[in-house]
This record gives sequence, C-alpha cells and structure tokens, in this order.
Amino acid sequence: MTNFTPVSAAIGGALIGLAAVLLTLFTGRIAGISGIFGGCLNLASGDKGWRIAFIAGLILAPLAGGLVGFPLAAPEMPASYVVIVAAGLLVGFGTRLGGGCTSGHGICGIARLSPRSIVATVIFMAVAVAVVALTRHGFGG
Amino acid sequence: MVAGAALVCGFIFGWGLLVSGMVQPAKVLAFLDILGAWDASLAVVMAAALAVSGLGFALIKRRQRPLLAAQLAWPSKTEIDAPLVTGAALFGIGWGLVGLCPGPALENLASLSPRIIVFVIAMAAGMALHDFWQQRRLTTREAATFAAADR
Repeated sequence: MTNFTPVSAAIGGALIGLAAVLLTLFTGRIAGISGIFGGCLNLASGDKGWRIAFIAGLILAPLAGGLVGFPLAAPEMPASYVVIVAAGLLVGFGTRLGGGCTSGHGICGIARLSPRSIVATVIFMAVAVAVVALTRHGFGG
Repeated sequence: MVAGAALVCGFIFGWGLLVSGMVQPAKVLAFLDILGAWDASLAVVMAAALAVSGLGFALIKRRQRPLLAAQLAWPSKTEIDAPLVTGAALFGIGWGLVGLCPGPALENLASLSPRIIVFVIAMAAGMALHDFWQQRRLTTREAATFAAADR
C-alpha cells in the first residue's frame, strides 16, 4: 500500500456521513448524488431548488478549499474521449436504473441496513474491481 | 430554508470528498486496483461515513418528522430485482473505467477540466436516456392495455 491515507480518509468519511445525516434531519431527503442530480434533469419534477443548492454546495467546497490551503488537484482522466463518454453514459444510465450510486446505496442505504443497497454496493464494487483488473492487468497489460 | 440546508450539506459533503481524497479519480482507481499498488483509503472513508450515518439515521428514525419537511422521503422498496442488479453492474463498469462516480464528477466541475465537463454531460445524457426509455416503456404498456381493453 503506497498511498494509504487513513487519517484524512477517516476525517473525510466522517464529514460525508455528517452531511448525509444533516440532509435527512433537515429535509427528510437521502443524500444520493445520482438521485439529486437526476431529479434536476427531470423536467416534470418541481422540487429542483434544494437539488441545485446541494450540487452548488458540492462545487463550492473545492473553491473554498483552494482559499484555505486545500486546493483541488487537476483530476487525472483517461486520454481517450471515447472512454470518457462511454463511462459517463454507463454511470448515468446505470445509477438511474439501479436507483443509486456510491453515496445513495453505498453510504445512506447501507447505513439504513437496506438489503437492496447492500446488494447494489457489492455488485458495483465487484464489477469496478474486475474492470480495473482487466484494463490495468488483463490482456497481457 | 430547505435550499439553504441543502447548500450547507452539499458543502460539507464536498469537503468530505476533498479531505479524503475521493474527489481524485486516481485515488479511487487505486482502491479498485487490488492487483496493483492497492490503496485501502476508500474502505476507511466508507467505514467512517457509515459509522456516523448509521448512528445519525438510528437517531433520526426516532423523530416524528424532519426539521424542515413533513416527512422522511426514504425509499420503501425492499425487493432485489433485475433493474437493481443490472443498473449496479452498468454503473460498476463506468466507475471502473474512469474512477468517477456522480459526486466527485460534479465536484470536479470546479476544476473546469474539459474532460470532466464531457464526463458530466455524458452522465446527464445517460440519465436522460434512462428516463426517456422508462417513459416510452410505460406509454407502450399503457397503449397495449388500452388496445386489449378495446377488444
């Protein structure tokens, strides 16, 4: 393990958990980012205000971080736009079909002991591990 | 009020991803890469997040209602069905290809990186495609029901 950072991981994880609890405590909503974002895109749905506000807060965090010595590192992305577009489509379609992503299923759902979320999290983790094993170590790579 | 609370929660959530490093696709991929130089940090992030949210949700369940809303909008479905399994698998493929799930993808928009912007547009298109397909399936089924009723 070369880059294991347990302390910052524990602090960051606790903040994520705190944000999920506060959102539910105040608004009754689940802090699932795919659901929050998906609801913004749905033209029929009327409750967009809080969704847009949550995403605005999410984007403001690294901007504020830059001011206090926590700058956002330039994200490392694949060179190929074909891979980026394919991955984006899969993440978007898959999270809507499966009803959640890492936050909604992986954190909020498991914390509520939802069997659906536990199954979904095991599946997307296992599949993602397999995809990384194939792309980084498979095919003679 | 509700939007203000959501803004603060999004801000705290964003700080969590930033401090833990999970906003970086490379760090997420290092966790998923169990055959390489494995970085277990994401497991610690999840454990800490689950400890706090598990306790918090247990306390919230005892309340009558949220502070700013009439009731909890929690999912009530318990069935493990095909869409759940298929959707989770498709999401896993996309996540493994790039190392971005929806939260970090949106947060990284702050970097104004063209590749992030393209990813978020594709993600939104994937969601819209799903909703359009669901809508069509529903209307086709309704039409079929009406046609059957006419006969």
